[in-house]
Amino acid sequence: MSAISREEVAHLAMLARIDLAPEELDLMADQLGVILDAVAQVQKVATEDVPATSHPIPLTNVTRPDVPRPGLTAEEALSGAPAAEDQRFRVPRILEED
Amino acid sequence: MPTDATTPTADDLTRRSAAELATALAAGEVSSVEVTRAHLDRIAAVDGGERGVHAFLHVAAEAALAAAGAVDTARAAGEELPPLAGVPVAVKDVMTTVGMPTTCGSRILSGWVPPYDATVVRRLRDARLVILGKTNMDEFAMGSSTEHSAYGPTRNPWDLDRIPGGSGGGSAAAVAAFEAPLATGTDTGGSIRQPAAVTGTVGVKPTYGGVSRYGIVAMASSLDQPGPCGRTVLDTALLHEVMAGYDPMDSTSLTDPVPPVVEAARQGDVAGMRIAVVRELSGDGYQDGVRARFSEAVDALVDAGAKVVEVSCPSFTAALGAYYLIMPSEVSSNLARFDAMRYGLRVPPEGVADPTAEQVMCATRAAGFGAEVKRRIILGTYALSSGYYDAYYGSAQKVRTLIQRDFAAAFAEADVVVSPTAPTTAFRLGEKLDDPLAMYLNDVATIPVNLAGLPGMSLPAGLADEDGLPVGLQIVAPARADDRLYRVGAALERVLLARWGGPLLDRAPALATAEVTR
Repeated sequence: MSAISREEVAHLAMLARIDLAPEELDLMADQLGVILDAVAQVQKVATEDVPATSHPIPLTNVTRPDVPRPGLTAEEALSGAPAAEDQRFRVPRILEED
Repeated sequence: MPTDATTPTADDLTRRSAAELATALAAGEVSSVEVTRAHLDRIAAVDGGERGVHAFLHVAAEAALAAAGAVDTARAAGEELPPLAGVPVAVKDVMTTVGMPTTCGSRILSGWVPPYDATVVRRLRDARLVILGKTNMDEFAMGSSTEHSAYGPTRNPWDLDRIPGGSGGGSAAAVAAFEAPLATGTDTGGSIRQPAAVTGTVGVKPTYGGVSRYGIVAMASSLDQPGPCGRTVLDTALLHEVMAGYDPMDSTSLTDPVPPVVEAARQGDVAGMRIAVVRELSGDGYQDGVRARFSEAVDALVDAGAKVVEVSCPSFTAALGAYYLIMPSEVSSNLARFDAMRYGLRVPPEGVADPTAEQVMCATRAAGFGAEVKRRIILGTYALSSGYYDAYYGSAQKVRTLIQRDFAAAFAEADVVVSPTAPTTAFRLGEKLDDPLAMYLNDVATIPVNLAGLPGMSLPAGLADEDGLPVGLQIVAPARADDRLYRVGAALERVLLARWGGPLLDRAPALATAEVTR
């Protein structure tokens, strides 16, 4: 079984910016192990000579004319904000205390 | 109570197809307000309460009646109106809607009202359809049962203790329970087709890029594709035509003209067409009743003049694995936007005075996302980490190439490919909730189609003998040949309706009003 440790899950959760409770870490480690086992078969069929596909329908250099047009107003853009001030998003502090 | 034959009853109106309603509306036999009110009444009767269907997260009764009234006024004034003007439609809650909440079935977007319409929603409004409300779904479209909705599951109208499929279980159930003649969906790994299969309705995932993704909250951008849900092949085609077409706001939108889907649905002729059955999508793991109805439907296509060939697509056995690497990888990136800063939920961490933005982010995402969403974000973060990237994400992308090659080989021998849509009929609520992998396996036949970007349809093939529940048949066509789905689907539907002596949904036991009202 593709073991994935509790510590690894905690690290991934930190990277993904999700606080996980201790019991969630255990459950998630177990479940991810089972899922990774099941998906590991891709490594057997994906041989060197097979090119990768990132997009189902090949498209290149998609552009549209660069024409100015009205966007959202400040009020519309801020309409769903958890907090706003002076027509701006109000956010918690971004620096650690020093 | 005696009914007047000249005045349609509310029950009649909700049981009519969108095509029939459009004809009656155009002829002035019924008003859009009457049609809309009939559907709102039906929603009020069957959707709420402990044992309600719970297809809707939000019912926009007032706005719907206003839109319907405007259509009636325009028609009375002699205005030229689009074909589906005045016909009601339900919208999956993953599509942004001005004036209506858009939650994606997630707590993190509870109460959020977007400042813009998705292109699909804009097109529905331009075509003068009447939006009844927003339908329930697995959180951010991640699931096969709607049990991952933060607002409680939708129930299958055929059996209220069973799942309606997912992620678009709300849209499929709304259509199956006659709460709406049409609904929109999105399909990343089967979220339109599998709910259609288990509710006895029709659902189509168009060619990738055929319908704009602008304003659709992204799950896995290289796989997501919006499409129509309905009770008949023709209705689904009519909605497909409204939804589809080039959109400069979506850089992956196809510039090709929309395939002639409505014409194909009206013709429904399979004489001389070659139909491939995929060996890997019908054997082990498929319920007996699913296999029986599927092979009878294939025989029906032969009776209608089609030729059947068997093809092998060996790489399909690795499709589920590739999907559960590519999809979570894209999920982990797409869902980074829910950062508690610009919109949606903001939860301060417990016991921290003056927390940082990062701490607020971590606490909000912990409180706002459900277990399945967290699982997929973490899995995707893992698959994309350095050291694992080549083995997991890189290999999965190679499998994607192999799946495309298998489909190309099949289409060298046949015009369309068919299979059962799902390996089982609707399972019981709660049955697979603790076993994510078992839940994922329900999409084994639909996933290869998304990985290859192809168009696919599910339509009813009959009821399984062992449980009396609907079985879906999947049709897959080459990219940009969506019209073939409708040609084959309409031909099969005609043969099967004649065999059944009427629509399958007429036989759904839980649909009787007494059963669904609390």
